[in-house]
Amino acid sequence: MKISQKDVEHVARLARLTIAAEELETLTGQMDAILGYVDKLNELDTEAIEPMAHAVPMANAFRADEVKPAMGIERALQNAPVSGDECFTVPKVIE
Amino acid sequence: MNSRYEVVIGLEVHVQLTTKTKIFCGCSTEFGQSPNSQTCPVCLGLPGALPVLNQQVVENAIKAGLATNCQIAPHSIFARKNYFYPDLPKGYQISQFELPICEHGWIDIETAELGKKRVGITRIHMEEDAGKLLHNEVDSSAVDLNRACTPLLEVVSEPDMRSSDEAIAYLRQLHQIVVYLGICNGNLDEGSFRCDANVSIRPWGQTELGTRAELKNLNSFRFIKQAIEYEVERQIDVIEDGDEVVQETRLFDPDRGVSRSMRSKEEAHDYRYFPDPDLLPLQVSADWVTRVRDSLPELPLVKLQRYQDEMGLPAYDAGVLSAERPVAEYFEGLVALYNNPKVCSNWVMGEILGALKDKNLGIEDCPVSPELLAGILQRIDDKTISGKIAKTVFEEVWQSGKSADQVIEDKGLKQVSDSGAIEAIVDEVIAANPGPVAEYRGGKEKLMGFFVGQVMKASKGKANPGMANQLLKQKLS
Amino acid sequence: MKFQNLTIQEMRQKLISAELTSVELTRACLERIKATDDRLNAFITICEKEALTAAAAADQQLAAGNGALLTGIPVAVKDIFNTLDVRTTCGSKILNDYVSPYDATTITKLRELGAVIVGKLNMDEFAMGSSGENSAVGVAYNPWDPQRVPGGSSSGSAAAVAAGQVVATLGTDTGGSVRQPASHCGVVGLKPTYGRVSRYGVVAFASSLDQVGPVAGNVEDCALMLSAVAGYDPADSTSVDCPVPDYLENLTAGVAGKKIGLPKEYFIDGLDPDIKTAVNAAIETYRQLGAEIVEVSLPHTDYSVASYYLIAMAEASSNLARYDGVRFGRRQDGNKGLIEMYQQTRSAGFGDEVKRRIMMGTYALSSGYYDAYYLKAQKVRTLIRQDFHAVFEQVDLLLTPVAPTPAFKIGAMTDDPLQMYLSDIFTIPTNLAGTCAMSIPCGFSGEGLPIGLQLIGQPFAEAEMLQAAYAFEQATDWNKRVPEL
Repeated sequence: MKISQKDVEHVARLARLTIAAEELETLTGQMDAILGYVDKLNELDTEAIEPMAHAVPMANAFRADEVKPAMGIERALQNAPVSGDECFTVPKVIE
Repeated sequence: MNSRYEVVIGLEVHVQLTTKTKIFCGCSTEFGQSPNSQTCPVCLGLPGALPVLNQQVVENAIKAGLATNCQIAPHSIFARKNYFYPDLPKGYQISQFELPICEHGWIDIETAELGKKRVGITRIHMEEDAGKLLHNEVDSSAVDLNRACTPLLEVVSEPDMRSSDEAIAYLRQLHQIVVYLGICNGNLDEGSFRCDANVSIRPWGQTELGTRAELKNLNSFRFIKQAIEYEVERQIDVIEDGDEVVQETRLFDPDRGVSRSMRSKEEAHDYRYFPDPDLLPLQVSADWVTRVRDSLPELPLVKLQRYQDEMGLPAYDAGVLSAERPVAEYFEGLVALYNNPKVCSNWVMGEILGALKDKNLGIEDCPVSPELLAGILQRIDDKTISGKIAKTVFEEVWQSGKSADQVIEDKGLKQVSDSGAIEAIVDEVIAANPGPVAEYRGGKEKLMGFFVGQVMKASKGKANPGMANQLLKQKLS
Repeated sequence: MKFQNLTIQEMRQKLISAELTSVELTRACLERIKATDDRLNAFITICEKEALTAAAAADQQLAAGNGALLTGIPVAVKDIFNTLDVRTTCGSKILNDYVSPYDATTITKLRELGAVIVGKLNMDEFAMGSSGENSAVGVAYNPWDPQRVPGGSSSGSAAAVAAGQVVATLGTDTGGSVRQPASHCGVVGLKPTYGRVSRYGVVAFASSLDQVGPVAGNVEDCALMLSAVAGYDPADSTSVDCPVPDYLENLTAGVAGKKIGLPKEYFIDGLDPDIKTAVNAAIETYRQLGAEIVEVSLPHTDYSVASYYLIAMAEASSNLARYDGVRFGRRQDGNKGLIEMYQQTRSAGFGDEVKRRIMMGTYALSSGYYDAYYLKAQKVRTLIRQDFHAVFEQVDLLLTPVAPTPAFKIGAMTDDPLQMYLSDIFTIPTNLAGTCAMSIPCGFSGEGLPIGLQLIGQPFAEAEMLQAAYAFEQATDWNKRVPEL
């Protein structure tokens, strides 16, 4: 196995997902199969190869420092599941 | 300084840039607006919105890098730092990780205890700020995203500082530089200059670093000093008790003067940095760097030296005049019009800064411009007024905004240098004070000051003191 | 009124000559959608009111003689495009009630050109899928066979055009999501060069691979739709500032003297025999049209699926972090606090395939695995791009099948995600390389299912690719067949 159920649970915590106990085995198996498959990349020697982060090699896309109108508080909050006092409301954050 | 442990401090400073708009969208960065009124799809992290880099942010980062002796990277990239928090709209912060824009810099600091020292700057990178969480309610928190996506520079120092005083000296120096550059308003209360301190201790002589604690929420120089000192004592206690310091983030509570562990934030740190596919790599040409270098103002430490070496000012004067850019500019503006730096220094440090302090004004709002002040000084030189009358003229110029010449004219303050007129007053004074005259003639030459004072008083301060002195000497001998 | 056999160009003529009004055309289109969508499930949202308002405005423009490229033409877009004040669900439960406060740049362009947007089309959730089955509102059905998938992820975009619900649509293509469903539904679908069309306002799946692409019933309409949406957008840093040719001009240039390469890695043993036959016939057609056919090699093809899925999943895991129940979307409240709220919201809001990819992507980027998975995949991506670069030194175009099989049966691959990923083998490499590609109908299987032919063009050479597609279409009549609904 390339990945354990414990690993899967850890990754789920990072991704803020919960995996139901009955799904854990299936998901671990599927992820293991995918990881087994992508292992084929190791057949290639890429030591001297530059990684490619963009499809088109370009640089420097800028905007000028000019203010554009904001979209307005109502617009900003229109899809908020919970809001109040012009703010988005979330369960209490304990720092 | 502790006899058994060496203190090691590294600082991470978040400098909020004074650009008009946010780093990746056109929303205004103005402070203190209604919650969420300065937002758009980009800074709210709405589905499908994309960031576009504000060029001025890059320009400001280059300025900061050059001013702190960094190398400006010809090629740098933006990365995503992934974590969940309600003030972070996209679930990742756009920052720089590998390949930041500035690296390998330093600034010089000086403390009374340890003298001069060079503190290394590991890197300066650009990133977006998070929003603000408000904790007004018992069971919920509120999210205001006006600050989200505001441009920050994160300036990371080497762990080169060995005391809280050095840490403060470094922060003051850095603060002075970014404010001088005009890239940060330097307002600590508004969070425009925020500091996290990494503090560890180790036995003297040990080369490897001890386990560090990261202190957060330090928003005044005083608190930073307190927090570092508290942390050093805490770590010493931990070690002396035979325990180990754990690596953690601690939140300083300035009201109680103590810090506490932020365990809730410790859980599963794995930021999964990777290059942001929505933003192109940044290439800064040598030309661009040169252009920015040419546009840099003279920095405070350079001014400090120049005021001493070229203008011959004492170190104290040079320090006061170079500390803030507007003061330095005022002073230099004055020297350009009146080429006697020491006299200029005396007037700026004395009359100008004193009056501004009384009136609680900044030098930008000073009613007496360098031009007006130079006008007063020139009238002293050409003996139109005495140094004493000049103070009166200054007050009047301050009040009215009129030129020195106008004030002298209006108030009839022109110095009397007509020897006949002064001679008449001298004669009156001699006649009115037979006792002192006899004592003077009997050898009590110290009384000359008394006679001059009398002449000045009788002339309402307008008599040329040099001439009065000379005439008195003649008549009394 | 029957409009299903009209092309965009024919509609334009009728609108300009006032033989037809946009309101009539739009009404007919809406009626056709209503009459057929129970069978197809191609639409997630139908914008009747907005469409009729836009149609009336278009009629005024036409009456004033101010018609633009698409004035009065009813079209529809994948539900991945943000549309102002219209629901934008991305095929996900988590965005079920999300009403966008802004238009995507491509939507703005369509509106400015006078197009009438009649609705938002079904899709695999967050564009993750090759069958359309991963939609929160259920699979769209293949117009040629209700037992079969239309392909994905732009399932509705292809099905709606094939079924004559609308004349043209927009989809998005991250690993074949326009071309593969176009192939499975017997219509024309094009993935432009990365950077050719703005991504601003298009909900992101994998940012370095996503590209907007048109679907239409014929090559000319496809070219017209591309003309409508192509171009530099300062709001998308990755869009490319190079001039957009008029794709309708010189469509008839032909392929005589062109060199067309057949990458040998695409003509593999596992290829469905009907597809092999159809593609070989297409090759013969091109030869007769005067093209020179040569065999070429793209040696790293076999690694493209692995490279693609690692990159796409990693980017997706980060792109989908914003669905946290704070600012928009459906929140599932945990009783225990913030972290529970996040977990509940995301676990209830995302479907299985999306969760699987978020998990895989999170793993590939996590501490200790980044170099082995994500970075490795990016390096292999470089090799794949170099393959294309080298091959385009030798030939003008590449010709390949679109998919190894025709449309498969609903449910056939749902238990085996890896098998589903492998079905994208022929479309994925072009997304990795960033170059342009398109699917055109080239035949039918023994079971009467459409088969697509893929043309792959050089970066930003969409015009040349469209000319080759047009030449083929003129020489054949595969695109004339329509499904019986």
